[in-house]
Amino acid sequence: MRQYMTLPWWSWLLMGLGLALFIALVALSIRRNRGIKRSLFATPYVLWIIIFTVLPCLLIAYYSLTDASGNLTLDNFRTFWDSNHIMREQLRGVAGDEIAATVVRGSVNVDTLVYSLWMAFLCTAICLLLGYPAALFMADRNMKLGATLVVLFIIPMWMNFLLRTIAWMSLLEDSGLINSLLRSLGLGPVQLMYNQQAVLLGMVYNFLPFMVFPIYTSLNKLDPKLGEAAADLGCNPWRTLYKVTMPLSVPGVISGITMVFMPSVTTFFIPRVLGGGNTQMFGDLIESTFLFSGDWNLGSALSLIMMVLILISLSILRKADPNGEGGGIA
Amino acid sequence: MVENEHLIDLNHITKEYDGVTVLDDISLYIRRKEFVTLLGPSGCGKTTTLRIIAGFETPTSGEVLFEGRDIVSLPPYKRRVNTVFQKYALFPHLNVHDNIAFGLKLKKLPRAEIDRRVDAMLDLVNLSGYGKRRVDALSGGQQQRVAIARSLVNEPEVLLLDEPLGALDLKLRKGMQLELKSMQQRLGITFLYVTHDQEEALTMSDTIVVMRDGHILQIGDPKHIYDEPANAFVADFIGESNILRGTMVRDELVHFAGQDFPCVDFGFGEDAPVDVVIRPEDIMLVGEDVGQLTGTIRSVLFKGVHYEMIIDCGAATFKVHSTTMQPQGSRVGLSIVPFNIHIMRPMERPGREG
Amino acid sequence: MSKVSQFFKRFYLGLVLFFLYIPIVVLIIQSFNAGKSRAKWEGFSFTWYEQLFHNTSIMNALWVTVSVAVLATIVSTIIGTLAAIGIHAMKKRPQAVMMTLTNLPNTMPDIVTGVSLMLLFIFANIPRSYTTMLLAHISFDIPYVILSVLPKLKQMNRHTYEAALDLGATPHYALLHVLIPECRQGIVTGALLAFTLSLDDFTISYFTTSPNVQNLSTLIYSATKLGISPTYYALSSLMFVVLLVLLLVVNKRTKEA
Repeated sequence: MRQYMTLPWWSWLLMGLGLALFIALVALSIRRNRGIKRSLFATPYVLWIIIFTVLPCLLIAYYSLTDASGNLTLDNFRTFWDSNHIMREQLRGVAGDEIAATVVRGSVNVDTLVYSLWMAFLCTAICLLLGYPAALFMADRNMKLGATLVVLFIIPMWMNFLLRTIAWMSLLEDSGLINSLLRSLGLGPVQLMYNQQAVLLGMVYNFLPFMVFPIYTSLNKLDPKLGEAAADLGCNPWRTLYKVTMPLSVPGVISGITMVFMPSVTTFFIPRVLGGGNTQMFGDLIESTFLFSGDWNLGSALSLIMMVLILISLSILRKADPNGEGGGIA
Repeated sequence: MVENEHLIDLNHITKEYDGVTVLDDISLYIRRKEFVTLLGPSGCGKTTTLRIIAGFETPTSGEVLFEGRDIVSLPPYKRRVNTVFQKYALFPHLNVHDNIAFGLKLKKLPRAEIDRRVDAMLDLVNLSGYGKRRVDALSGGQQQRVAIARSLVNEPEVLLLDEPLGALDLKLRKGMQLELKSMQQRLGITFLYVTHDQEEALTMSDTIVVMRDGHILQIGDPKHIYDEPANAFVADFIGESNILRGTMVRDELVHFAGQDFPCVDFGFGEDAPVDVVIRPEDIMLVGEDVGQLTGTIRSVLFKGVHYEMIIDCGAATFKVHSTTMQPQGSRVGLSIVPFNIHIMRPMERPGREG
Repeated sequence: MSKVSQFFKRFYLGLVLFFLYIPIVVLIIQSFNAGKSRAKWEGFSFTWYEQLFHNTSIMNALWVTVSVAVLATIVSTIIGTLAAIGIHAMKKRPQAVMMTLTNLPNTMPDIVTGVSLMLLFIFANIPRSYTTMLLAHISFDIPYVILSVLPKLKQMNRHTYEAALDLGATPHYALLHVLIPECRQGIVTGALLAFTLSLDDFTISYFTTSPNVQNLSTLIYSATKLGISPTYYALSSLMFVVLLVLLLVVNKRTKEA
């Protein structure tokens, strides 16, 4: 049991005080009769986000702007741009400017970011291409399959995500199912694993449902009479799809793109298992910077860059869907 | 029927939201067993008035007296009034019986007593046997009855009704109007009714309060308000009217549409600008040669009971209701008896002129 | 609708579902493989299922996973429901601020949430443990509860709460007997979502727990480095079946209700 009670005594005290304060406030406003102030109910949550959302974000910002001894610096961002920059500085002290200048810019971090963005873009595009027709067919009222199919899309997500990814290994590896099949057809083993395609496959596999659900939800909300109206006005089915259905499903598409793109930029684990460490993505970079190099300052800077990138792309996406109608979760 | 004792007094009520005044110094009283209707276009402050009496809003200033005691600081659940909400606000997670029993359960009445009273209420609103139904399985009219039963079962001193028939279709609405009125008379409960439908107000009320822009324009019984509207706005809002600008030449003689007309009003002074209101049904169509005015019929609409004709008299256009039809384009004479010409002091008018 | 296009649509959906299910089928088949190799079928056996129940580290991790999920669901459902009610009652400006803050963890990548919480615990000098993982889980669950409950509150007829007061209910009676029952569906959805997310979380747990306290995901992660034993396949096949049965039961009950 001891392992469960590992918080320092003062944090328990703090939590107790917070709870007592909340209960006192609520009790007070109930006794005052003049209608309870319901916005007070958000108090525990407000405290919670201050401690567990706002404070951590500030810490990321703080660490990213300081060095290991706590001095204010922009070095972490310089290291992001040029991973050799510290080495060059040190060399300059020892061997002089000329030799230091021969050290080229280390572009590992930027390259990883660009590669991650590219992979995330590919993954999102493939998910959209695969997912839109799937969502469209699911929402087809003639098929009467919608609800059942939603469940069928959810069920695989109950299998642990790591194990599902590992399962792909048994399909893709040289002695795996697909290669056995190919070999029996005399097509010989093909290198399926440890390359970019395998990583992409793993990502698409994991994120596809997040593209399908929001699109399905927005298509399902459409009034079926719209299609009839379009047909009545002379649209053939393809034109109806292009002129009516697709524009109206834009909020769902936007929401799907968000839900696939955001996590895929920071994917980690999938590249390690299916890419065999040949390809590193930004998520892996953040993880290894924190846990293996132990450089929290650089790690924080990388996280901050990630967050800013995501916030920028989100605000661009919001412009396309100003009402946020896409709805996050199906 | 209506007793003289004041049950509710609103004294100089003002209500502001974020600096916007929605009620401006309203005073009115409601007598026991009276059927009072607050009538006015949307945004006139009628619903706010109701909500102040119910206790959902606190007036910025002024007092609300209930049997002579100020109840401004009393929360809604301690007031002896009940509300029938615009869209009924039935509890979707409770069945019909439990919806009606809600208030009684809070009073901790014994179960048998609750069941007895709920059943009696269901009888009263013609829904016997519906107790176990889900409320969202009921039609609009039935939900309406449940909402009324839910309020009435608590035997409130005053029943507040906020456009309760607004969501029903015309025929159902007419039927419910009569039912509500007879219920009110039978139970002897005071009703405060909010509506924007003048016909509804005229049919049901003992007293009508006409409101506009947070002011009370006129208080009176339906006949009085219809026959003697206090100003052109009331006249226009209560039934259809021809409203014209005119000049009071002297007492009992008014000039409008390019002619002088004898009338029965006096005391406006000489050559004073006035509003002239004439109900469409008060204009008689006569031969072209005998009318006070002559005009051409521009359009004819069949309205069921009567024909509505728009007649162009050159200086003015009149809307006329008549049971006999004249063909479009024909020339007719118009005649108005002095008693049917209503003269009012001018006020800023809603954007329309007769 | 022509037969051909109907067939095509079904075929396409079938193909997509095949893609989604094939690794799962493979996992389940392998859990019955007598041998340890992923590649070769060495006969049917329950070996791995037997080993599963004797493997203390897996059993511990299972306990940690489930207990964290249950506790996090309970706490986040309570805080989240209260918060949704509170946010709903707020004026426009504070409401907008709260909504932005609620959406923030959703848009933040898991890994950033994970490292930021790790930094918080390190900064506050709190050793990472079961409790810190639980706190992290509650944190990422609450927004989902809020986002499920809030729409229900918005859908509600504004006057229903007032009607309860009007009929003599005190505000807290109205809250318990009208407001909360009416958004029950949203609360249940939020709780289920929280539970699922908590059960399946890897990234955030990975950064907020100590190596001594592993949940299933972090345990599997560390096992991959050594080559993963089919015991895990057996475990996840079992969990899969349990959840599937649960789903069918819940589905049947909601249909009857």
